[in-house]
Amino acid sequence: MQGTREATSQTPAAPRRTPSRWLRARILETRMETRSARTLVLDVPGWDGHDAGQHVDVRLTAPDGYTAQRSYSIASAATADELEITVQKVSGGEVSPYLVETAAVGDEFELRGPVGGWFRWRAVDDGPISLIGGGSGIVPLMAMIRAREQAGAMTPFHLTYSARTPDHLFYAHELYRAAEADPNLQVVYAFTRAGIASDIRRPGRLTSNDIAAIAGSNGAPARTFICGPNGFVESATQLLLDAGHAASSIRTERFGPSGG
Amino acid sequence: MDATNGRLAIQSTDNRVAPGEGKPGVSVISRGFGGREDRPGRAVPPGQYLTDDFPVLSAGPTPHIDTDDWRLDVRDVDGSTTSLTWAQLMALPSEEVTVDLHCVTRWSKHDTVWRGVSIDTILEDSESEAEYALIRSYGDYSTNLPLEDLLDGKAWIAFEYDGDDLPAEHGGPARLLVPHLYLWKSAKWVNAIELRNDDEPGFWETLGYHEYGDPWLEQRYIGD
Repeated sequence: MQGTREATSQTPAAPRRTPSRWLRARILETRMETRSARTLVLDVPGWDGHDAGQHVDVRLTAPDGYTAQRSYSIASAATADELEITVQKVSGGEVSPYLVETAAVGDEFELRGPVGGWFRWRAVDDGPISLIGGGSGIVPLMAMIRAREQAGAMTPFHLTYSARTPDHLFYAHELYRAAEADPNLQVVYAFTRAGIASDIRRPGRLTSNDIAAIAGSNGAPARTFICGPNGFVESATQLLLDAGHAASSIRTERFGPSGG
Repeated sequence: MDATNGRLAIQSTDNRVAPGEGKPGVSVISRGFGGREDRPGRAVPPGQYLTDDFPVLSAGPTPHIDTDDWRLDVRDVDGSTTSLTWAQLMALPSEEVTVDLHCVTRWSKHDTVWRGVSIDTILEDSESEAEYALIRSYGDYSTNLPLEDLLDGKAWIAFEYDGDDLPAEHGGPARLLVPHLYLWKSAKWVNAIELRNDDEPGFWETLGYHEYGDPWLEQRYIGD
């Protein structure tokens, strides 16, 4: 069904409607974030922006007509006719190995969106904001950090970024620079397997100490966004509840063991 | 009802649609994309893929509800409410059903085995003439659907999955199971069935998702 999309009015009460229109996306540029995750910069004529945290549906079509669809979080702040996604390769997957390893600059697929009206941040939202990301769960949180910078917002942000080792960090340099430049943006790394020599924190899963550090830096968060594998989200959420955070202040996005 | 009767009819929909079919103006071949070698043999709805896992999706913290505290309220149009305790639910006749699940995030899972009480049984004494139902859950989730989609053996209050108690992260102690619609309609941690004359949108339905959600018609989002 085409032509049903409303103008992109962005009143807080009425999330914009999701377009049902499939758009043509062409790969402009690619960047490996880690050995198994790649950012695709896409030229998407007709794309007119999104809110940070939302995702897109991607549809691949094989020459014989076979199609496969998956959802990916948007990594970039809103820009007309362009967006970035970062895809983690899933072993045995169908779509992610293509996007991470096979697809090249100039290749095309279809996408539609933005999708998702719950897990999103807008510059008008109250802060402080706490972001907790595990692994590739950083992607929609990075979109929020980029959208905050794009808007020139001073909203205090605290990111807790859990990754296996420093080699597994996405956007490492950009995050480091952004946090250096902005005292209202705190970035704390929580490595689970191996960190760096100067780390005070010992490698391991998130603990109550990591959660206590969130309120200690910018004050108690008005809202917490948690994204990552389900087990990570489940334990981080429990730590927050145990520390007295209100369930209603916590928004989660989970991805399961499957996918691809 | 035995497991065979409980299975939903599988429509003969093929997921090999021609590129751009039904989507005028777009026909984009992704160069070098071949798809899986083990493409699903049995049909899944358009845009879905099969998984053997059971992914968890929920918008907030997982509520942990003790069965001693658990209630299922059935509220009629006139506001009259009956409340079912866990013991009362357990005393009702239950069924084992084998159904296919289809999540709007694109995974489908075949042949999942549940035990639950049919909504026909829950609403047996109701003489309501309501046309819609709004399902409410612990944790402030809600979802709406036409009442007829809950009746005639199409929906259950499910409390066992694969022979075990339903885990909290999958909606335990009890969730709605209405497998012919996308899985967000199968509200986890179900707490109330509100019978209504009007169709009041639930949680995802106010956030851009389709009001009905038929996976075979690929009704994912508003306007689909």
